[in-house]
Amino acid sequence: MLRWIRRVAWGSVAVLGFLVLAISAGWFVTDGPLADRPVATGPASLPIGGPFRLIDHRGRAVTEADFRGRPMTVFFGFTQCPDVCPTTLGDMTALIEALGPEADRLHWLFVSVDWERDTPETMAGYLEAYDRRIVGLSGTEAHVAAAARAFRIYYRRVPLKDGGYTMDHSASVFLLDAAGRFAGTIDHQESHAVALEKLRGLLTSQ
Amino acid sequence: MRTLLPGLLAGTLALAAAAHAQPSDITVSLAWTRAVGATAPTAVGYLTLRNRGANPDRLISAETPAARAVEIHEQRREEGVMRMRPLPDGVPVPPGETVTLGPGGTHLMLVGPTRALARGERVPLTLHFERAGQVHVELSVEAAGTRQPAHAGH
Ligand SMILES: [Cu+2]
Repeated sequence: MLRWIRRVAWGSVAVLGFLVLAISAGWFVTDGPLADRPVATGPASLPIGGPFRLIDHRGRAVTEADFRGRPMTVFFGFTQCPDVCPTTLGDMTALIEALGPEADRLHWLFVSVDWERDTPETMAGYLEAYDRRIVGLSGTEAHVAAAARAFRIYYRRVPLKDGGYTMDHSASVFLLDAAGRFAGTIDHQESHAVALEKLRGLLTSQ
Repeated sequence: MRTLLPGLLAGTLALAAAAHAQPSDITVSLAWTRAVGATAPTAVGYLTLRNRGANPDRLISAETPAARAVEIHEQRREEGVMRMRPLPDGVPVPPGETVTLGPGGTHLMLVGPTRALARGERVPLTLHFERAGQVHVELSVEAAGTRQPAHAGH
């Protein structure tokens, strides 16, 4: 009887020990020092920049294949966003101006995560204030979800008290090379000079 | 000079209007917004609020003829994710302090602009404070998406 109790006790110690190890290992990888920079979510084995099917702001159906052959900058947002998204679009416009004719050798994409409100017409109206080279992409709930998955983007619809909603979304600008391979990010807080350097690097590596 | 004069005049008028309403402890500076197209669903408002009095005050609401409604929002970035939320209690302005509403932080969201906002023009805005009451200001329209007004610090 005593031996049996001792066995159970040791058994529980082993199980507990395993749990502690497993949980802390999990923490290390997901939130702890071994975690990826939190620009994107989804399985790390998935490359950033997979296939998508969306509609551009002129109403044309497009896929990732339409944007191959030139490096691409892409970020996710929504048009009922008065602060962060305009800042990013303003940064993009400033980068396009600074690059001059070289800017034509890149694709500039703004993808909406607000599948319900952002139609191609809404996107077109919103983008009017920025450089004409920025292409707005929107789509159905399923197509937006697939595009977000392809870029390992986090987004979430957040209901508000007044019955409306807002969108949470990842902030980064993703860079892909001409073959559609992930080539880095531009952070919201990085300076214009650093961002410009990254884009010039992307262009010369082609 | 041609652009300076109307600006000065408007500024003086706005100041006069504010002063006439009541001696306010709240001063508003650096009031600006960013250009948007005619069908943009939202625009923004940024301001610097200073409380020169001895009592706490609070910005509780705002309105402008240039938009259907004005909401007070905060913007936070958590682990690379942008989150924008309404501030139902408004923006506290403690005595002796300066509070800045600016890009990437607390801002006014102009919901449903009634027209395009073009760079260089000015947009009237009425602020409602808990103690100071109404304060009239004008937002100067800066470049779309810019991180700071062209004449910051002037
Ligand atoms: Cu907002």
